[in-house]
Amino acid sequence: MELWKLPAHSLHKLLVGGEVTAQEITSAFLQRLREVEPQLQAFITVTEELALEQAQEIDRRREKGEELPPLAGIPFALKDNISVRGIPTTCGSKMLENYIPVYDATIYKRLREAGSVLVGKTNMDEFAMGSSTEFSAFHVTRNPWNLERVPGGSSGGSAAAIAAGAANFALGTDTGGSIRQPAAFCGIVGIKPTYGRVSRYGVIPFASSLDQAGPMARTVTDAALVLNVISGHDQRDSTALKEPVPDYTSYLVPDVAGLKIGVPKEYFGEGIAPEVGAAIWEGIRLLEKLGARVEEFSLQTASHCLSAYYIIAPAEASSNLACYDGIRYGYRADVDDLLGMYTKSRRVLGSEVRRRIMLGTYALSAGYYDAYYHKAQQARTLIRQEFKEAFEKYDVLITPTTPNVAFALGAMVDDLLAMYLSDVCTLAANLAGLPAISLPCGFSQGMPIGMQILGKPFAEGKILQVAYTFEQETEYHKEFPPVSKGVM
Amino acid sequence: MQELEPVIGLEIHVELMTKTKLFCGCSVGFGAEPNSQTCPVCLGHPGSLPVLNKQAVEYAVKAGLALNCRIASTCKFDRKQYFYPDMSKNYQISQYDQPLCGEGYVDLEVDGKKKRIRIKRAHLEEDAGKLVHGSTAGGDVSLVDYNRSGVPLLEIVTEPDISSPAEARLFLTKLRNIIQYTGVSDCRMEEGSLRCDANISLRPRGTTELGTKTEIKNLNSFRAVERALAYEIERQTKVLAAGERVIQETRHWDEQAEVTRGMRSKEEAHDYRYFPDPNLLPLLVDQGWVERIRATLPELPDARKRRFMEELGLSDYDAEVLVAAKDVADYYEEVLKYYGDAKMAVNWVMVELMGLLRKEGLEITACPVSAENLGKLLVLQEKGTISGKMAKDIFAEMFSTGQDPETIVKEKGLSQISDAGVLAGLVDKVLAANPESVAAYRGGKDRALGYLVGQVMKETRGQANPQLVNQLLRERLDQPE
Amino acid sequence: MILDRKQVEEIAFLARLELTEEEKEEYAAQLSAILSHVAKLQELDTTGVPPTVHILPVSNVLREDEPGESLPVELALANAPEKAEGCFVVPRILEE
Repeated sequence: MELWKLPAHSLHKLLVGGEVTAQEITSAFLQRLREVEPQLQAFITVTEELALEQAQEIDRRREKGEELPPLAGIPFALKDNISVRGIPTTCGSKMLENYIPVYDATIYKRLREAGSVLVGKTNMDEFAMGSSTEFSAFHVTRNPWNLERVPGGSSGGSAAAIAAGAANFALGTDTGGSIRQPAAFCGIVGIKPTYGRVSRYGVIPFASSLDQAGPMARTVTDAALVLNVISGHDQRDSTALKEPVPDYTSYLVPDVAGLKIGVPKEYFGEGIAPEVGAAIWEGIRLLEKLGARVEEFSLQTASHCLSAYYIIAPAEASSNLACYDGIRYGYRADVDDLLGMYTKSRRVLGSEVRRRIMLGTYALSAGYYDAYYHKAQQARTLIRQEFKEAFEKYDVLITPTTPNVAFALGAMVDDLLAMYLSDVCTLAANLAGLPAISLPCGFSQGMPIGMQILGKPFAEGKILQVAYTFEQETEYHKEFPPVSKGVM
Repeated sequence: MQELEPVIGLEIHVELMTKTKLFCGCSVGFGAEPNSQTCPVCLGHPGSLPVLNKQAVEYAVKAGLALNCRIASTCKFDRKQYFYPDMSKNYQISQYDQPLCGEGYVDLEVDGKKKRIRIKRAHLEEDAGKLVHGSTAGGDVSLVDYNRSGVPLLEIVTEPDISSPAEARLFLTKLRNIIQYTGVSDCRMEEGSLRCDANISLRPRGTTELGTKTEIKNLNSFRAVERALAYEIERQTKVLAAGERVIQETRHWDEQAEVTRGMRSKEEAHDYRYFPDPNLLPLLVDQGWVERIRATLPELPDARKRRFMEELGLSDYDAEVLVAAKDVADYYEEVLKYYGDAKMAVNWVMVELMGLLRKEGLEITACPVSAENLGKLLVLQEKGTISGKMAKDIFAEMFSTGQDPETIVKEKGLSQISDAGVLAGLVDKVLAANPESVAAYRGGKDRALGYLVGQVMKETRGQANPQLVNQLLRERLDQPE
Repeated sequence: MILDRKQVEEIAFLARLELTEEEKEEYAAQLSAILSHVAKLQELDTTGVPPTVHILPVSNVLREDEPGESLPVELALANAPEKAEGCFVVPRILEE
């Protein structure tokens, strides 16, 4: 039995039934991790010893007859911008290469309370700025479906690790698509929850009004189980709302009868690969066949999302990243004047990070604030308004997650705008704070295609139900990547 | 040349006396070991997030109300961005275009006339850490202590309504007084819980257009504010007289040299790039909340002064002096709980007590004589138990030993005469000398007894035990002749 | 180009970033390209539209004034590249 291929709920049954131990489960995933890691390079830190200790603890609890929660003993990975006390948390940056958090992120704490087992911290674009994980300061992560392609980003390490079975689930963070895009590129499920659903405490920020951490898993059910654990109010995060957390698994009922699906035309136009558009429409038709009602409509503001995003996100980032000055933590250049200490220490930030800091600094600077930042926040109001109106008519919206399948390594590094455009389908959910899920809905060039389902705020249950229904009717999620060079 | 008049505005930072910091649970005590009152939030560790302290909001509103400010029904927090090692995030969470407290005012009395200094705004913000100079093996360095990072401050900004250095000092004194009355800050400049920057420009008297201003920093006392402003008036006057222009800049007050110095300007080219902090949600203070806070406001100095004059009959001067120091006025009112003569009490507090405190360099809060004991002393004097002269001696003794007046009266041999044998002779003498009173008492006038007791007390210079005297007198008087 | 070299230098100073001469040219070009793309936003009529200050319909998230735990000093300083006397060390800052 290949334990690493099983979903969490199956592993849970085996564990509570006494058929396997948590240590056996963890060992199976660690062995798989060691097998694929040389090709994938999905991790920055592997916490093997810690994982085995945590697994042992679960076994002790089970032996004592304790009732184990659903994710107890299940191995997971964390994107390396999620703080774990005592474990290096680099954010994919040389700046934080030696940074060891003195506190735990709330979401890590919650997963530990649920008994899950940390196997490692995954690679990412530096400070989550990028769409391919090629902007990690440490190494490039490869797509397990084709090692010559990118896994997407910025949560590319998490996506590659889960697709290849190096962990059962992972947490990523999503500022403009950084969970959903790599999930789509690697053929797994990724959820960006409603802004305010999941605590950001201890998650190293990129853009604070857009960031949200969320689950990445092989199945909708596993993603729902993870969402159950990480959701909810946190008194350390003013924006983690008190909205009650339902049992998301209660939405896992295959039923879309009468569901109103809105399909925004703008997400199927220019720049969207025809095979991708076709696969999404095929998925939509399947849901229609199952009883959903489908209607195309127009989102006028769609073409402005990218612009608004590329002002707001860098503006917030320029401020969030000011703390990296070489004084309290992080890299410090050996210079004996104050200005030099700042500029030489911050030189260690990668070119894309510095570029976005520059962009954001400019957008907030005297004389340009109104034309850029203020204007973008006004656009954001209109974008939110238009989604609000759409959700008065539709229960969910369906779009492609990405305009195309995973691109080749190196293809976009010199064409920034093209890379930014790969987030064009996912940005809106962040700007409007909406929940969105990406799940596999087909293949093109041997690479997975992702379908994105958006819901109204706090309607995670609804999008999970639609995704689950789709998943039950399709086989895409049952495929495992070859972890080899594909046939291009 | 035309006569110039100074136009002065002040920016005052007041530290709010919460138990914890503005955005995290770290304590705010003064003088703790460096960096012992820090956590991921106030150290700006990646991923940490601020959560607003409710008490700080309520204190800020309370101070705002005391300064007659309009309290904003909705406000927000913004990031003020600049790099400096004492700033743990390299931005300060402050309030930019929507301060918690809007326009208000403080009324002063200048040359016998009322002068209103308008408050432009007062907003909440976090304090920065502290930089001190030190040295390591590598040479001279600066050391950063973030204990103060995140301590709640209320920044109060006045309109440029102040017309002289003396007026600036008067305003600060009054402002401090008002804030101290509210109890939201102790306003100790030496501990940094009150800080002040001053803006000053000159213009031809009688005109309304503002001249180019300079901002003076590093003002460590009210005296420094006054001196620095006086210096700056002189300096700017000379600049203008020479036909030159005043440069808009920040100038540092050099306490030793008693001059202001311009600061290098490159670091000064600030562009704070304010924008709303996405980590903090808007703050709405509705009327109900404002009224609940208003209800906790104590009587403020102006109202107290009026009450002292109208109800206790104090002079304008006495009332003003008392009220100007809340602790002194509180002490005074405490004395009145034990002793009823308000005017006598004010003399004692202002002359005897303050005199000794000044001589010893003590604050009234550290006064060795409790208000209760002073009250008791005054009662002893009023009853004639001790003379005024004795009261002063005893008071001096109370001040140096902290003892209560009764104990001192006893120990200093000022104790009452309780020997019946000694008193009997005196009683007989008094009875013999006052036949009318004796007759009156025997005729049923009990009041006459009091007079006779007084006479015996007088004979003993107040030292006789009044109860015993009373008893002895009754025994004699009630005997059949 | 929307941004010239001098502006790039000014922005870099505000952000405390050091750029080589080539980087200045490169950033001026790249940032200008991005800015001209986002300039599309100017086409959007936002007259009278309030900016989004926060996307959550919530206000007054407050904590009680109750002391929480502070870090032990050695942990507060654990990540400091340079420390002395229980403090973070920075280059000597000249008297202002």
